[in-house]
Amino acid sequence: MTDRAQVYARIIELIEPLNPKKVALTEDTSFAGDLEMDSLTVMDLVASMEDEWDIVMPLNMLPDLETVGQVADAVTRLVTK
Amino acid sequence: MSDLFSKFDALIAERAGVLAKGIRDPFAIVMQEVKSPTVAIIDGKETILLGTYNYMGMTFDPDVIAAGEQALRKFGAGTTGSRVLNGTYQGHKECEDALKDFYGMSHAMVFSTGYQANLGMVSTLAGKGDFIILDADSHASIYDGCYLGNADIVRFKHNSAEDLEKRLRRLPPEAGKLVILEGVYSMLGDIAPLQELVAIAKAHGAMVLVDEAHGMGFFGENGRGVYEAAGVADDVDFVVGTFSKSVGTVGGFCVSNHPKFEILRLVCRPYTFTASLPPAVVACAATSIRKLMHAGDKRARLWDMSRKLHSGLIARGFRLATDSCESAIVSVLMPDQETTVRMWQAMLELGVYVNMSRPPATPAGVFLLRCSLCAEHSAEQLDTVLERFAMAGTAVGLFADA
Repeated sequence: MTDRAQVYARIIELIEPLNPKKVALTEDTSFAGDLEMDSLTVMDLVASMEDEWDIVMPLNMLPDLETVGQVADAVTRLVTK
Repeated sequence: MSDLFSKFDALIAERAGVLAKGIRDPFAIVMQEVKSPTVAIIDGKETILLGTYNYMGMTFDPDVIAAGEQALRKFGAGTTGSRVLNGTYQGHKECEDALKDFYGMSHAMVFSTGYQANLGMVSTLAGKGDFIILDADSHASIYDGCYLGNADIVRFKHNSAEDLEKRLRRLPPEAGKLVILEGVYSMLGDIAPLQELVAIAKAHGAMVLVDEAHGMGFFGENGRGVYEAAGVADDVDFVVGTFSKSVGTVGGFCVSNHPKFEILRLVCRPYTFTASLPPAVVACAATSIRKLMHAGDKRARLWDMSRKLHSGLIARGFRLATDSCESAIVSVLMPDQETTVRMWQAMLELGVYVNMSRPPATPAGVFLLRCSLCAEHSAEQLDTVLERFAMAGTAVGLFADA
């Protein structure tokens, strides 16, 4: 079983190397605004999450996923589906 | 009232910062005169063109020009209409016939630009519930086609058969799937391992679309593209291409043997809801395409020039994006934005125009000076280019800490 807390903790680990300015990561941290990630970096992060949980996260989901918390929710949904 | 332009402030500031250093704008070049496929006047100065994608030098081909002139007089300056209403002239049919002959396929559809060809094909072929599986380094027109449509979009690691396989395996077996590949990737000038990628796509029941924008004219026995050279023609469902590179004018197309292909003319919005190409353009394109069927000498010259530029730059200490010459694009790796722009400007001042490329157009934060060869480049021009690359590289300190 993978619960949301585990998913969230692992997502934080996956974001860390893409966070050179060491922005504090919380549920509400946004990828574009707070982390200043460009679209390519976001897509690479999606690929690493897909591989981590063996899921499909289509890129067309991304406009609705602005914060770390929203991504954790989406991954949890996909993993438990 | 919030200014809708405030979202561009960071880019405006970045540009201002570059220009304030006395560097000219690399995205605002004006060709005052164009003397040939390889020479133009920029800022009053004769400049060798080494970044035009005019691979086969057809822009000034006398037969192509004559066909365009005749069509302009006979059919007028424009069609003022959609392909499905009043905008299909005899010339558009002849252009599609030329494509069918060139590709040996039963259907051809001409779009008004290459961008629209991808936009239209990608958004129309894959609908809600279907999956598009695209290479991470796909051209903007492919990504935009994805976002115009309603399919689920899955991206695989550039040119990685293993990653494509892994992502296809996760998809529902019964779902419709379109795998999108490019023969030549235009930023680094590398080619796709189509044999492996197409086999994997087919094994998972996907249809395959290959964009041959940068491969048409000089890959494969008939110049059809990398897919022909790779021997996978029978497994490629759709080939998308452009008239704005080897063909030497403007426009886009898709060719296919799919028996239901013609219905796309009625359901493909970027085809239907725009004006068709002007008569002169389709006449130029048709003439050029037919000449490209028998352009063996030009193909050989283009490959020879490309290999010489590639090896010549390596010999002069430049780092290139590919270890060997894979296409007619030779991309020079640069360390950072400022050196790239300074080097680009130094080249221009020495009378050589190349493309400057930067993220997000390039993959993985890479800065490039991108060269593309033309079959009409002379050996003397190539020598001049190599000499000036060395001069410019030294002038901007590119080799200082090497």
